[in-house]
Amino acid sequence: MKLYEIAHSRAGDKGNTLTLSLIPFKESDYELLCTQITVQKVQEHLQGIVEGEIIRYELPNISSLLFVCQQALLGGVTTSLAIDTHGKTLSYALLEMEV
Amino acid sequence: MKKDKIRIGCGAGFSGDRIEPALVLAEQGELDYLVLECLAERTIALAQKRKLQDASKGYDPHLEKRIKSLLPLLVKNQIKLITNMGAANPLAAAHKVIEIAKELNLPIKVAAVTGDDATQWVRNSSTHFTILENGQALNDYEVISINAYMGVEGILEALTADAQVIITGRVSDPSLFLAPMIHEFDWQMDDYDLLGKGTVIGHLLECAGHITGGYFAEPIMKPIEGLATLGHPFADIYADGSAIISKVKGTGGKITLQTTKEQLLYEVINPHEYYTPDVIADFTTVKLEEIGENQVWVTGGTGKTKPSTYKASVGYKAFYLGEGEISYAGFNAVGRAKLAGEVLSQRLKPQFEAFRIDYIGLNAIFREEFSAKMKVEESYLPEVRLRVSGKASTAEEALLIGEEVEALYTNGPAAGGGVRKNVNEVIGIVSILIDRNVLKANVDTLSA
Repeated sequence: MKLYEIAHSRAGDKGNTLTLSLIPFKESDYELLCTQITVQKVQEHLQGIVEGEIIRYELPNISSLLFVCQQALLGGVTTSLAIDTHGKTLSYALLEMEV
Repeated sequence: MKKDKIRIGCGAGFSGDRIEPALVLAEQGELDYLVLECLAERTIALAQKRKLQDASKGYDPHLEKRIKSLLPLLVKNQIKLITNMGAANPLAAAHKVIEIAKELNLPIKVAAVTGDDATQWVRNSSTHFTILENGQALNDYEVISINAYMGVEGILEALTADAQVIITGRVSDPSLFLAPMIHEFDWQMDDYDLLGKGTVIGHLLECAGHITGGYFAEPIMKPIEGLATLGHPFADIYADGSAIISKVKGTGGKITLQTTKEQLLYEVINPHEYYTPDVIADFTTVKLEEIGENQVWVTGGTGKTKPSTYKASVGYKAFYLGEGEISYAGFNAVGRAKLAGEVLSQRLKPQFEAFRIDYIGLNAIFREEFSAKMKVEESYLPEVRLRVSGKASTAEEALLIGEEVEALYTNGPAAGGGVRKNVNEVIGIVSILIDRNVLKANVDTLSA
């Protein structure tokens, strides 16, 4: 099963840092996401996109995870040569993960 | 007199946002306040450049159009407007609003909130500033402008002066919303718990169409009705710092737990410590509950102290971006695009400090390694678009890229079409920290 079948995500940017929220459609799937979607798994999955450290925050109050990924925007929003300088599309890269 | 509830709407979430949802809010939203957030990181540096060319410019280029259509509704329905459309020149923006008000025969008081422009102060200062992002010295940059993210102070002064239209320069986005809460509910400036709650509400509203399901929508897993008539949000905010997020009946889009969660976490680097000039807010204590159709109840959220420094955006001359694009389709489209890419690399790459080739439709977005994992059969792609980009130190050099792409029309490979070329001067943004005691908000009021 793909992650996009059970969860949704939005990407955000600050400089060269990419933020990816991960929110289950059903709050009862939160525990599953906590167990399965580890920092190591995201690091492996986003190889070639995220070059720096990844920090995972757990937000049990709203049953959501947040991944903060450093060195992920080819130098940063204002000076990257990429088409999508903000990395707004990258939420769907995370959601491609097999669970 | 202290109120126990106010309603704040957010009519714009960025400088290029649509006008219609703000008009709907002003007309039917029964608002006390309308906020238009129109100032991205880079927008202010671009505005500073316009101000250098013409001292009467440097505010949001859409200000005139927005104010002309909104002002009659704001006056009729007694709604106060708070906006950062002042950009690099809030005072000139305020004069423009007065001019429009006089034309429309609407007597109003307008306040310009300044004090965020730290360019001169930093230039005259003997302090050694270090760039937050990379540790380099500020002196290494060709600085255009420096604007600090200010807090609520200037807006509060303008509200006390009873201005109906408040135009700021660089202010932290949530402060635009937090200021009327502090003003109306008499919150104390050191009641960080309440300031944290208000900041959460401001953050939920500030991107407008994000929380009403616009940027959330995906037709299979996250379908949203009425995207073409997407409404923007408002919040009923109570004196205890709780709020109900909603939108005008009949507008498109949807506000749900899911859309609210996506916005709560948007661009958050550390949910335990969300920094604004007013408070360091804790988003992990926020609770959300869907209490009706398009109604999400927000409680919790806390805060602790305020930072001793302001974060300031430094706009600097970065480089000239040169771009060229050309499309290939049909048999071996990817092969021909890649051959074109090789030819262009050979001709151009040695001349540019940074040079990049993308194959749009194949790997331009998720980048090469990740896209390869998605296992698309390249030979089945009906079309692909080659994009070449590079950084140059002059516009002339940057233009070379588009010219070489255009030259593929006769020099091959076969059947490339639809060339577009482009040159842009790029302003980069980095950040520094400035002691908050050296910058003071300044308010000028004008009357029509």
